[in-house]
Amino acid sequence: MTAPDVFVKGKPFLLEARQITYVYGRGTPFEKTALDGACFSVSAGEFAGIIGHTGSGKSTLIQHLNGLLKPHAGQVLLEGRDIWEKGVKMRDVRFAVGLVFQYPEYQLFEETVEKDVSFGPAAMGLPEADIRERVSEAMAFVGLDKSVAQKSPFDLSGGQKRRAAIAGVIAMRPKVLVLDEPTAGLDPAGRREILGHISEYRRQTGAAVVLVTHSMEDAARVADSLTVLAHAGDVLRGSLKDVFAQRETLTGLGLDVPAVTRVLLRLRALGLDVDAGAYTTEDAIKAIKEVSGSAQSPSLC
Amino acid sequence: MLKDITLGQYFPGTSLVHRLDPRAKLILVFAFITALLTANHALTYLVILLYLALAVTVSRVRPSALARGMRPMAFIILFTAVLNIFYTPGRPLVSFWIFTVSAEGVERAVFMALRLLMLISCTFMLTYTTSPLALADALGRLMSPLAKIRVPVHEFAMMMTIALRFIPTIIEETDKIMSAQKARGADFETGNLFRRAKALIPLLVPLFVGAFRRADDLAVAMECRCYHGGGGRTRMKQLRMTGVDALVLTGSVALLAGVSALGRLGWFMR
Repeated sequence: MTAPDVFVKGKPFLLEARQITYVYGRGTPFEKTALDGACFSVSAGEFAGIIGHTGSGKSTLIQHLNGLLKPHAGQVLLEGRDIWEKGVKMRDVRFAVGLVFQYPEYQLFEETVEKDVSFGPAAMGLPEADIRERVSEAMAFVGLDKSVAQKSPFDLSGGQKRRAAIAGVIAMRPKVLVLDEPTAGLDPAGRREILGHISEYRRQTGAAVVLVTHSMEDAARVADSLTVLAHAGDVLRGSLKDVFAQRETLTGLGLDVPAVTRVLLRLRALGLDVDAGAYTTEDAIKAIKEVSGSAQSPSLC
Repeated sequence: MLKDITLGQYFPGTSLVHRLDPRAKLILVFAFITALLTANHALTYLVILLYLALAVTVSRVRPSALARGMRPMAFIILFTAVLNIFYTPGRPLVSFWIFTVSAEGVERAVFMALRLLMLISCTFMLTYTTSPLALADALGRLMSPLAKIRVPVHEFAMMMTIALRFIPTIIEETDKIMSAQKARGADFETGNLFRRAKALIPLLVPLFVGAFRRADDLAVAMECRCYHGGGGRTRMKQLRMTGVDALVLTGSVALLAGVSALGRLGWFMR
């Protein structure tokens, strides 16, 4: 499959994983192949989604993107350069590819939120004034009020803790921000809020974002392109439309197209000539309105 | 990295050694170590070595796994052996400068190294073939007579079981937090001792917070299931000594005790 048109145009990928193979516990009786020739790429400014079931290798794949894991086969290229090449400083890679783990609130450790968010920038060796600027900027991006800056991170609510932890990575101003299930365990309002902040962050900074999720709805809401992982490899890669067009493959993997798309497909099956390519609620409403306007079937709205 | 720790790791299997009652295995290890420490004759060593080799073969534990566990001890074993070679008085074999190598020294060094190697191998055999929970259970059962003199045996056994149960969880958690902090530029590997100790703060604080959170959750979960200590508690998986267990146990203990006693009594001719 091809990457979305807007991002090809001869530009090299900002970050690319080529044919990654990784085996946990190699050489022990507990050997387990997590990835077998998986590919993934993201261009500058792109919002890429990675979707797959528990155990499909999502978390393993993203830990290769910033060099936390060394692939047993394959390459990871950052701006066209292999990150495992001699002379590449791994810490620079980590600052360029900011990785937010699942349940990142469990990594908070400082006395105040401000100190915790500044851990990354401080590790980069930036001057004090720069650090302070980045911290307040990052906290604003995730919607944390200035009043919590001096609070202990352990006194915050669950959602605030999570946002503080995400701010800790954003404060490094990474070229690629990778988030592993940032909405796990949150209620719908919390999910919307976090996804909204991330979209806004990407819109304002133009940084590339990689979102790992197992929710088709989340991916449909924010991503431009989608990589579907299954059986230790990438099964589908492409724009949202291209991927959602492969409904059989998706259902075969136990995944499915978003709920609104399912509604449209069902309407089509019932004989209504509606465009079933929409995958967000807004587009779906538009598609239905178009049809109902022309076909004069007001009962549908 | 952390996952490579083999100490106390359990390799599941279905061999006779794996299936043996853990209490029998504990007593066996005790007998084995006693025999090993009282051995004073080449023949005794030979019998013990053959016994160990038999156990390893039957258990299908890969010798490479045993060797890997031995690696951290290699230096101590070598050091002990070298000291024994040079500092044992006796018939000189070779001598150069101020060093003299005696026949007795070589003999003792070999025995010493063998003794240490077998000691480590036998404890590894126990932990490789017995799940930590079975081991804790067995220890609790073997110590249960002590409850008569008001030793809180059940509480100790429960604490040990819980601690063992959570070792892998904590290791996994440590790995995760380390990765998360590394992703934020934490550096655990370079710098002097002071810097490295300081670098551990971002790891230790979340780890402790997590451990306490987990302890709280576990306490609630246990109370929800009406846990109230040892009184009147029964087990789902009862340990049962079978005929095979008894046979292996008595046979092995008799062999090991016999051979070391005979060696001690000077029954083998030099």
